[in-house]
Amino acid sequence: MEYISGIIFLILSVIAFYSFAKKLLTIKRNIHLGRQVELNDQPLERWKNVFFLALGQKKMFKNIPVALLHLILYVGFIIINIELLEIIVDGVFGTHRFFEPYLGILYPVLINSFEVLAALVFIACIIFLSRRNIIRLKRFISNDLTGWPKTDANLILIIEIVLMGLFLTMNAADPSANFMISSAIKPLLSNLNEHQLHAIEQSAWWIHILGIYGFMNYLPYSKHLHIVLAFPNAYYASLEPKGKMHNMVSIQNEVLYAMQPELAPTNVAAPEKFGAKDVMDLSWKNLMDAYSCTECGRCSAACPANSTGKLLSPRKIMMDTRDRLEIVGKNIDKNGQFVDDGKTLLNDHITVEELRACTTCNACVEECPVSISPLDIILELRRSLIMEDSNAPSEWNGMFSNIENNFAPWKFAPDDRDAWTKQS
Amino acid sequence: MKVSTMAEMMAAGTKPEVLFWVGCAGSFDQRAQKITKAFATILDKAGVVYAILGKEEACTGDPARRAGNEFMFQMMAYQNIQVMNAYEIKKIVTTCPHCFNTLKNEYPALGGNYDVIHHTQFLQELIENGKIKISDSNEWKGKTITYHDSCYLGRSNDIYEAPRKVLESLDVELKEMRRCKSKGLCCGAGGAQMFKEEEKGTSRINMERADEAIETKADFVASACPFCNTMMTDGIKNRDEEVKTEVLDIAEIIAKAIQ
Repeated sequence: MEYISGIIFLILSVIAFYSFAKKLLTIKRNIHLGRQVELNDQPLERWKNVFFLALGQKKMFKNIPVALLHLILYVGFIIINIELLEIIVDGVFGTHRFFEPYLGILYPVLINSFEVLAALVFIACIIFLSRRNIIRLKRFISNDLTGWPKTDANLILIIEIVLMGLFLTMNAADPSANFMISSAIKPLLSNLNEHQLHAIEQSAWWIHILGIYGFMNYLPYSKHLHIVLAFPNAYYASLEPKGKMHNMVSIQNEVLYAMQPELAPTNVAAPEKFGAKDVMDLSWKNLMDAYSCTECGRCSAACPANSTGKLLSPRKIMMDTRDRLEIVGKNIDKNGQFVDDGKTLLNDHITVEELRACTTCNACVEECPVSISPLDIILELRRSLIMEDSNAPSEWNGMFSNIENNFAPWKFAPDDRDAWTKQS
Repeated sequence: MKVSTMAEMMAAGTKPEVLFWVGCAGSFDQRAQKITKAFATILDKAGVVYAILGKEEACTGDPARRAGNEFMFQMMAYQNIQVMNAYEIKKIVTTCPHCFNTLKNEYPALGGNYDVIHHTQFLQELIENGKIKISDSNEWKGKTITYHDSCYLGRSNDIYEAPRKVLESLDVELKEMRRCKSKGLCCGAGGAQMFKEEEKGTSRINMERADEAIETKADFVASACPFCNTMMTDGIKNRDEEVKTEVLDIAEIIAKAIQ
C-alpha cells in the first residue's frame, strides 16, 4: 500500500516540477522577445545590488514594520521549504521523518524553528490580508487592482495561511512529535483515537504537499513571481544615473547622414521602428521588469501625476506590459510565430493620455523594491508616439519648432540669448 | 555686466577655467535671468575666470528628448558638441539641472565628454575653498528656509547634499518638507511638462508641492532649478494669498549673503 502511494506521489511530483519548469521556460522565451541589450558590465556592482536590494530588501526597509512582516514571509518561505526535502523523501519512500535519526539534536531545533516561522507567517499573512481588505490602504484599493489582481493578491495570502495551518496540523496530529507550536494545538485533538489522528496527519501531509505543488505552479501566473525574479532583476538593474536616457544609435546615424550625406551608405534598408509600439520593441529588461512586478503600488503612490488624479499609474504600465506580453506569448504558442492580432501595447493597453502625464521625475524608479523602471517603458512609448505617429500635443509641436528655428523651446530671437549681460 | 564669450576669449588668446552654460531659461526667462545674473556676480566676486557661449549656445535638447523627439535631441546635441569641442571645453557649470543632466550623462554617448557640475556644487566648492565668504550679518541669518529638491539633481543624479550644505553655511534654519531628498515631490515641470498644459486630473502637481512648502512655515523656499522656481512660485501664488512666501534660487540667496 505504501509502495503504491509512493509511486503516486512520485508521479505527482514529476508532473508538478515538469509543468512549473515548462511555464518558466515559456516566460524566459517571452522575456527574450524583447530587444537585445547588454547588461553584463560591472559584475561586482551587480552582485552588490543582488545582495542589498534583492536578498537584503534594502528598499523595503524604508518602512520598518512592513519590512519586518515581509521579511517573515520571505525567510519563512525559504527556510520552511528546507523541510520540503524531507516531506518529498518521506512521500517517495514511505518513510516517516526520514532525517530525524541522522540529525539527532539538530532535528527538533530545525523543526521547532520551522514551526515558529510558520506561526509568524500565519500571523503576518492575516495582517497583510487586513491591510488590503479591512484597513484598505490607498495603494491597495486603486482601480489598477480591480478584478483578478485583487483576487490574486488575496489568494496568495490565503494559500499561505492554509499551508502553514496544514504544516502545523500535520505535526500536531503526529503522536511521536512534540514541537513548540504544534504541541499547543494538540489539546484540540486530544479526544481522537490513534486511527483518527493518523488519518488527520496523513490528510494534512497530503493536502500540504499538494498545496505546495499547486502554489508552485500558480506562481508563474501570479504577481507573486517576484520571489524568483527579484534576484535576476536586481542583477540586471541599470547602473547608470537615473536621469540618463539611453541613446538611440539608429537615430544617431540618421542625424549624421542628414548633416553629412556623403557618409550615408547606399542600398541599406531603412532603420527599424523608432521607439516602442508593442512589447517586442521594448528591451528584454523592460519585459523582465513586467514579470517581476508584484503590484505593490509604491511607484504609483509616489507618482506626482497619479497622486494629482491623472490617468497615469506606473504600476498599471507594468501590469499592462505583462498582460500584453502574455497575450503575445499565447499567440506564439498557438501559431508557432507571432501573427499580427491588430493590437499593440500602445493604444490598446496604455493610452496616450497616461503617457503624456509623466514628468520623468523618477519617483517610481526610486521607490521600486525590485529594481523596475516603469519610466523606461513610458519614454520608449513616447518615442514611438512622436517619431512613428507624429502624435504630439500642439504645444509640443510649437516647442519642437522653436527649438529647431530659435534654438530654445520658446520663441525668442537667438540673437538675444546673451541679452541678459546687457541688462542692469 | 561684462561677461566674456568663448569667441572673445579665443580671439584674445585666453581660456576660461570653466564654461558657464546658461541654458534657455537662464537666457530668456525674465525670472531665470535674475538667477543667471546672481550666479555670474558670484563668479566675478570669487575671481573665477569663466565664459559663456553666448549666441553660440543652443537648447541641449532635453525637453525634445523627454517628449519623445530623439531626432531633434540629437540634432541639438550634435550642434552643441561641435561648438564645445571646437573650443576644447573641459569643464562646464550650469544653473539648470536639466541641462546639467543632459550635458553630463547624455552627451558622452555622442562624443561630448566634459566635467559637468551644477552651480550648487560649484558654490559649495567656492565656500569650502574660501573663495567666497558668507557675511556674518547676512540678511538670511536666523530665517527658516525650506529647500525643494529638483528631480534632475536629486533622484536623477543623487545630488542632495551640496545645495543643503550651501544653505547651511548661511546660519539659517533648514526645514524639510514632508517629502524630501529621494522622496521629494516633483514640481510638475519635468519631462517637457513645462511646455504643455497639465493632463486632466483632480489637482495640479505644483499646487500640491506648494502646499507642502507652505506647511513648513518657512520664510523662503530655496530652489536650484529655473523650472522648479517657476512652478513653485506659481503654486504658492495660487495657494497663498496672504503670505507671499518667496521662491529664490540658491545662487540668488548666496549672491546677497557674500561679503
